Amino acid sequence: MNIAASTLEIAVIVLGVVIMLADLWIPRDKKNWLGYASIAGLALILLGSLNMSGTPSELAFGNMYVLDSFAIFFKRFFLIAAILVIAASVEFSQKFQTGKGEYYCLMLFALSGMMFAASANHFALLFVSLELITITFYILTSFLRNQMVSLEAGVKYLILGALSSAFLVYGIALVYGTTGAMHFDALKTATASMTDNKLLLVGLLMVIAGLGFKVAAFPFQIWAPDVYQGSPSSTTAFLAVGSKAAGFALLMRLLFMAVPDIALQWEKLLMVIAGITILYGNLCALPQRNLKRLLGYSSIANAGYLMMGIAAMSQSGSSAILYYLYGYMFTVIAAFMIIILVMKHTGAEEITHLAKLHERAPGLAGVMTLAMVSLAGIPPMAGFFGKFLLFKAVLEQAAVFSSYYALLGVAIIGVVISLYYYFGVIRTLYWGKQQMVPEEIHVSPLSRVTLWVCSIFMIYLGILPERLMQAAVSAAESLKF
Amino acid sequence: MSILTFILVLPLIGAGIVALLPKSAKGGIRAVALATTGLSMICAILAFLTFNGAAEGDGGYKFYQKVAWVTALDINYQVGADGINIGLILMGAIVSFAAVCVSASIQERIKEFHFLMLIMIGGILGAFMSIDIFFFYFFHELALVPTFLMIGVWGRGEDKNYATYKMTLYLTLGALVALAGLVLLYVQSGAKTFDLITLTSQLRDNPLHPGTQTAVFGFLLFGFGILVSLWPFHTWAPLGYGAAPTATAMLHAGVLKKFGIYGLIRIALPLAPQGAQAWLEVLAWLCMGNILYCGWVAMRQKNLNLLIGNSSVAHMGFVFLGIASMNLIGLSGAVLVMVAHGFLAALSFGLSGYLYDQKKTLEIDQYGGALKQMPFIGTLLVMAMMAGCGLPGFANFAGEVTVLFGAWTSLPWFVVGTAWGALIIGSLCIAGGPQHPARSFGRLGIKPEGSRQLLGETALCSFDRLTAFVRDLPEPVDQQDSTLHDPGGGIHRKGFG
Repeated sequence: MNIAASTLEIAVIVLGVVIMLADLWIPRDKKNWLGYASIAGLALILLGSLNMSGTPSELAFGNMYVLDSFAIFFKRFFLIAAILVIAASVEFSQKFQTGKGEYYCLMLFALSGMMFAASANHFALLFVSLELITITFYILTSFLRNQMVSLEAGVKYLILGALSSAFLVYGIALVYGTTGAMHFDALKTATASMTDNKLLLVGLLMVIAGLGFKVAAFPFQIWAPDVYQGSPSSTTAFLAVGSKAAGFALLMRLLFMAVPDIALQWEKLLMVIAGITILYGNLCALPQRNLKRLLGYSSIANAGYLMMGIAAMSQSGSSAILYYLYGYMFTVIAAFMIIILVMKHTGAEEITHLAKLHERAPGLAGVMTLAMVSLAGIPPMAGFFGKFLLFKAVLEQAAVFSSYYALLGVAIIGVVISLYYYFGVIRTLYWGKQQMVPEEIHVSPLSRVTLWVCSIFMIYLGILPERLMQAAVSAAESLKF
Repeated sequence: MSILTFILVLPLIGAGIVALLPKSAKGGIRAVALATTGLSMICAILAFLTFNGAAEGDGGYKFYQKVAWVTALDINYQVGADGINIGLILMGAIVSFAAVCVSASIQERIKEFHFLMLIMIGGILGAFMSIDIFFFYFFHELALVPTFLMIGVWGRGEDKNYATYKMTLYLTLGALVALAGLVLLYVQSGAKTFDLITLTSQLRDNPLHPGTQTAVFGFLLFGFGILVSLWPFHTWAPLGYGAAPTATAMLHAGVLKKFGIYGLIRIALPLAPQGAQAWLEVLAWLCMGNILYCGWVAMRQKNLNLLIGNSSVAHMGFVFLGIASMNLIGLSGAVLVMVAHGFLAALSFGLSGYLYDQKKTLEIDQYGGALKQMPFIGTLLVMAMMAGCGLPGFANFAGEVTVLFGAWTSLPWFVVGTAWGALIIGSLCIAGGPQHPARSFGRLGIKPEGSRQLLGETALCSFDRLTAFVRDLPEPVDQQDSTLHDPGGGIHRKGFG
């Protein structure tokens, strides 16, 4: 036993429990302090994580849990995401009639699940951490109990999430049945000689299907738009960033560390998934009028771009995914923060509500523009450098296997399509027609800081990618290609 | 620090200052924009004048500077100038200053307009001086979002939205295809660097496999081609320029559009010469499309902006022909046409913007008698049109004739075709442009010109001087002899003649 390796997760869980208990004594009108306390606690934990390097990697809990630079990279990612999302939740929680305290501690528990997922080195931990994430999200998505859309979102997420868990467990059972191994290192040796075992392949496909639900990749993306639209905006932000990143962390670890020999056979399959996901997300986003739904489809498209990095099956593909996720996090959280601030009182989040935002709140319009430009992948924003790295990884493989050119072509078409709807949002901000009486916008200091942090990092990661690039490269090195 | 860095950074610093100024400080915003672009222009002129005497840095580039940026991928901030781009940098800086000058007519959201314009200028100038292919792309794309917003917010015309989207989507598609070509070059060269100098020497010693070269050149040709409105991907250009505010049209049509051709000359030809051979005939046919078809389309235009837009697409055909000639004379001509057309397009769009402000119309037949009421502007317009039809004495003539000379040896039949095209464009400029303003009876009353416009006018006036002055340019351009590295003798070899 090496409990010290999982200090970060333990700290997050302790923080969650403290928040849950403190909730009992804090008066109703001071519940925001729970949010501030969570942010402060997470910031301390993040500072603590800066001490860890993950090299050499540590194992704990009977080798189920691994702490390498890849895991550390993702843990920091999740901690930053959670801090920003909780800052957004403090703003959003004015909408909750009850249960503000629970909301924060559920977020913290979901966070601990994501952090465990980053370290999963065994099918049991993979499953348990995913369930920890998913089950907390069942509650978080339906937190606006008096609103039908929120409940509908919760139910949809519950049913499809349960289905995906069933796939996952069945797949794990088949893999265990054929190989007799649950541990990723053991699987690697066991599967090397069984690459054409049909039952094993079916089992692995089911596992990938289960993970595909989490990242919203085709053909398991159906839930995403409805759930994104119906959930509380702060939950959606966490779902879009944290849950997706956890899915990719697990996918990368599973494919490249547990079953690398089989993964190599599946490059075509992964390419097809990536290509269809990109086209599906972008094409479906075109006619959307609801901003959250649009971001839901855009998150599917982004899952597709990230799948390109998986399909590239290379070190540079993996480091591109890691870089891309950081840019995506700041961008998406900034966009949801704007949604929370501008559409606080209206029930629906139509894009037209943003019309002429430029005149009412030029700063917010500026941040939203930056976010859309970054999502569209245009310099000098973070999204551009991420896409650039992904394109580069795919082209490197194209030299060996020319089908990758087709994937690149699909990605280029996807980006051009996506420009239409992202720039549509910008158009609405600056010269759209105002259709209703605009609501008053009040930006609290915490939200202001969050927006500043997101915008600065969106630009910083686009202009000076050096440091994060180094971190991403060294994290991807622990995947051992 | 290289003087080029100053040229590039000054407008960006200006953008930063403008962003910090309050909205109400209109005079301050104008002053900052004028000062930074003015200084940047002075630096560019200095660089141009001292170019011949400057010391050579890495790879034969003058005013060379290199700063490491992303070590993992060997991306560096690298600027430098040689005979190919020094004229473009000069042209870019001058047109930028002029664009700021004519923006006095912008009345609303002055701060945002100037902020976006300065960012766009920084991007444009950066693209022409970068000798790192990542930054080359990066700076070009920096100008995309400002273009979109400027046309959308300050543009004119009813189909403004359509034009904005069309232009943005086309430009993005072109840029992405070109990016694929650039990254492919990076991947295939095996040099593991985006540094153009290392890439060039690496590929000169170990040329790529011909098939790969064909793929790379194909990506670059169509990617850059879309950016330069190569036929049949040209439809965004007249529409977009017609809807754009004056300054944006000047910057985009005058300077930014040359980026694609510059990319072909700087990157595609030297690094994939055999690929260029493979695509030569296709390129020659497409540029005939530009010259003949677009010239023909331009002839039918009744709107001044659409006329200029279409004829500028036709002019690009000459540049492509110069590239297709694949010899030094043709390429020198192409570079000269680029610079000359930059001034010409900026002047034409500046004038049309001025006329629009005065008369609130762009219909050519409404301009009757303008020469009498606005002798100065009318004369400039006549001169611009004359330059456009390639009258000897203007730089366009020198460039286009050089292109035709260059192309004659390798593509004689195309030269015959294009000469007819030139005739068409010429006739169109004579018929469409000066004829109406020169008529003695006016149909619209013209307000007296406000003093606000004086600055813009002076800037426009200086263009005509420059269009004539640029005739002197071929001298530095000839120095590309030493800088156009020539793996396998591909460039000097005559085409398939």
